[in-house]
Amino acid sequence: MSTVAAAPARSEASVARRERMQALLRSPSFLIGAAVILFWIVCAILGDRITPFDPRFDQTNDLSQAPSSEHFFGTDHLGRDVFSRVLAGSRDILLIAPAATLIATILGTTLGLVTGYLRGIADDTVSRVIDAVLAIPLILMAVTVVAALGSRSVWTIIIVISIVFTPVIARTVRAAVLGEAGLDYVEAARLRGERSPYVMFSEVLPNVMPPILVEATIRLGYAIFAVATLTFIGFGLQPPSPDWAVQIVDNYQYLSEEWWTVLFPAIAIASLVVAVNLVSDSVQQVLER
Amino acid sequence: MSLAVSTAPALVLNELEVFYRVRGRDRHVLRGVSFEIAPGESYGLVGESGCGKSTAALAIVRYLPRNGGVGSGSISVAGRDVLALGERDLREFRARSVSMVYQNPGSALNPSIRVGAQVAEAFTVLGVPGGEATERARAALERVQIADPGSVMSRYPHQLSGGMQQRAVIAMALAKDPALLILDEPTTGLDATVEAEVLDLVSQLQAELSTSVLFISHNLGVISKMCSRVGILYAGRLVEEGPVETVLQDPRHPYTVGLLRCIPRGGVRKDHGRLDTIPGFLPSLGEDAPGCVFASRCALADERCGSEEPPLAAVASGHESRCWYHERAQELPREEVADIDLAPVDRTGEPLIELSKLTKIFKQRGHEVHALTDVNAAIWPGETLGLVGESGSGKTTLARTLLGILEPTVGIASLDGDPLPTRYQKRSQAELRALQIVFQNPDSALNRRHSVRRILLRSLKKLAGLGGRAADQRALELADRVRLTERTLTQKPVQLSGGLKQRVAIARAFAGDPKLVVCDEPTSALDVSVQAAILNLLVELQAEQRVSYLFISHDLGVVRYISDRIAVLYLGRIQELGPADVVFDGPHHPYTEALLSAVPTVDGGGRERIRLEGDIPSAASPPSGCVFHTRCPRKIGAICEETEPPLVEVEPAHDMRCHIPLDELRRLQATVLEPVA
Repeated sequence: MSTVAAAPARSEASVARRERMQALLRSPSFLIGAAVILFWIVCAILGDRITPFDPRFDQTNDLSQAPSSEHFFGTDHLGRDVFSRVLAGSRDILLIAPAATLIATILGTTLGLVTGYLRGIADDTVSRVIDAVLAIPLILMAVTVVAALGSRSVWTIIIVISIVFTPVIARTVRAAVLGEAGLDYVEAARLRGERSPYVMFSEVLPNVMPPILVEATIRLGYAIFAVATLTFIGFGLQPPSPDWAVQIVDNYQYLSEEWWTVLFPAIAIASLVVAVNLVSDSVQQVLER
Repeated sequence: MSLAVSTAPALVLNELEVFYRVRGRDRHVLRGVSFEIAPGESYGLVGESGCGKSTAALAIVRYLPRNGGVGSGSISVAGRDVLALGERDLREFRARSVSMVYQNPGSALNPSIRVGAQVAEAFTVLGVPGGEATERARAALERVQIADPGSVMSRYPHQLSGGMQQRAVIAMALAKDPALLILDEPTTGLDATVEAEVLDLVSQLQAELSTSVLFISHNLGVISKMCSRVGILYAGRLVEEGPVETVLQDPRHPYTVGLLRCIPRGGVRKDHGRLDTIPGFLPSLGEDAPGCVFASRCALADERCGSEEPPLAAVASGHESRCWYHERAQELPREEVADIDLAPVDRTGEPLIELSKLTKIFKQRGHEVHALTDVNAAIWPGETLGLVGESGSGKTTLARTLLGILEPTVGIASLDGDPLPTRYQKRSQAELRALQIVFQNPDSALNRRHSVRRILLRSLKKLAGLGGRAADQRALELADRVRLTERTLTQKPVQLSGGLKQRVAIARAFAGDPKLVVCDEPTSALDVSVQAAILNLLVELQAEQRVSYLFISHDLGVVRYISDRIAVLYLGRIQELGPADVVFDGPHHPYTEALLSAVPTVDGGGRERIRLEGDIPSAASPPSGCVFHTRCPRKIGAICEETEPPLVEVEPAHDMRCHIPLDELRRLQATVLEPVA
């Protein structure tokens, strides 16, 4: 009996979600963005298997060639096929940027919930620390972390980006939580004796998910950008990785003669950032409608 | 005077069809609505939420939301076909011919522009040059009885009270001498005493200017006071229309009959009988049924009603009803509700709740705000204490202090004789369980991400210590007790109507067998028919469980229905406390008297109006002596300004805070208490 009665109700409950999915799938900017991201994810997974040449192998007889029918994007000063390197170059960035964003989102959400819900001294203290961290530029933070860890690795970049992004996300979440915490359902929960962690994570968190999701996708776009920046100035990814930013570092001194070695990886980075932003925009429109 | 006034009707709606496009389908919101407003006439449009009142208003000014549109029919204002207007003419029409006053004056005014400049803008739009516009704005504010227009003009909207804001909006609306003034629930957000003043103002201005008015309201009392003719709207259909007195005294449509019966009035109390309700729900938006729109909820409906739509037919001169059986409408059978047995409250024993010397002072930027001052009251088991007063009187502060959300500055609340810890964090689970609350707004009171089942199970776990199958079983019982179906349990709040949500909130409060439930305006966000059902439910639960209520409401009819005793609060002080009938029938405190006379009733006439001048003073600097002396119509002299009267028992079980002796009050009030025959 109960299952019979429940069935139509449950389908009703998912109507809203399904409608949101449909709205997303109807949005051209989401579709284009998702297609580009998907393309780079496929490249990252397949890597060497789909590239016409080995992206790390030096073809000593074909140095610094302009784009041609054999080498679509030309070759660099070590004779490596730029097209192959661009295809293979998405792997590291697609691991680092989402990982850093995820860590920052988890930390930021927790901080935002705690400060926004508890208020008082905890809020004042943490908020001031957040303000302070927000004032530190990315590069300075990178130098500090490298100095502290004593090494440069993939983890350096992840840690640096997480530390820089956590306060931003915490602020967004705190603002959303402030709005929710004043609602009567929160008071009702307190009046039945709920402890703060339950109220924060089981009552408030589900209601602030939309702004968190939007903020996370925006941060992902910035994270890709930040990975490229940090790599470019020498933190994190190192040659001979075919990473796009590493390629730019390797080749930018030859820019005037071999523009293709820099232009194509740069376009690749741009395409990924723009694609993530397109997705982020459409998610925002659908969630905040 | 605009030229059109003398000839054409102010408004003619002819077979107006309005639809909203939702999820790719056109849903009818107004179906063939026709009515006319004569020049200088005041026409009331009544109906519950979702019946299309505001849509009608928006359609008239061509301001429908983007997914809305007029399907067919015509609208003409002062002889002009509104639907045929081009872009330029439409702007001109909105600027010169029609004005609109909305429910919330706070959002109708631009918060960052001074009031004077905003009102002057209404004139500059009409081509009045700057300096003269300011002068005319000053005159307009004077006309809406704003005492000190000069200083009001230099203030920002947020520095004015709600009543003052609405006056400014009305001043702007009348700037152009409109052919039609549309008032959409203009006083719904205001306190009763302020509402009375604004309504007086509107009727006075209307008489002076002979403006035609379309007055939209859900409140039949307000309509009865303000309008000469009324149309009753149900599910986008005009179901009855006629002169106000005729329609309200001799309704000929079962919906009107039901609506009138739902309102607690005429001194009805919970131990006299149950309130009538209208069973069922409003058809969902754009649901098309072949027969009468009201058939599914009508106890008189037969096969014909389900298949054939009745026409809007004359039942008397100028009185029309859309019912096959209009001559029998008043015989509409009452819904069978089992009578309940309310045991009388025993006040000999120990009170359940005792508030002693409760005082709450908020510290705000250096100065103190006295929200509650020396409140003493008791609530016995199974009793309802009604709490009335204007906004800012401290009703909610009192409730929140009792619940431990706010910490009293002085004083203590005790439960069953034991003092309660002042903060809820310090209270035991048993103490938390004993005191629960039902909030005003069921939308924010329920977590919109949780299913009803999850909401109830969590409360059962925390308040009744139940888990697993036992909790499931209890959740079903609980849902059944508040008349929720099993299907509701799997739904989320957004899928439920306001009344159902409030039932869930009540079920949650009753999860752990509470001793006292604070009801903070639990029905003021609901329609009257739903309100009646919720009040019935609360009374049933009280009869079954001998639970006590602290019932806060600004609706005096509701408070009188449900309360055993009533406390009247003004500026954080109890002014009067006594049995419901005694407080209502008098002799009563001058403030209570003013509150009562401010309420427009459906029956019309009744009490002579006593008006309170001005707004409730700030609690940051309360008046000296009796805090009510600044507005008191019965002030006797210097003593009122110098000495605060104590709250004394003026007759058995009836406390009052007034310098005027009871017998004198009785004499004074006897002259106005007689109904105006």
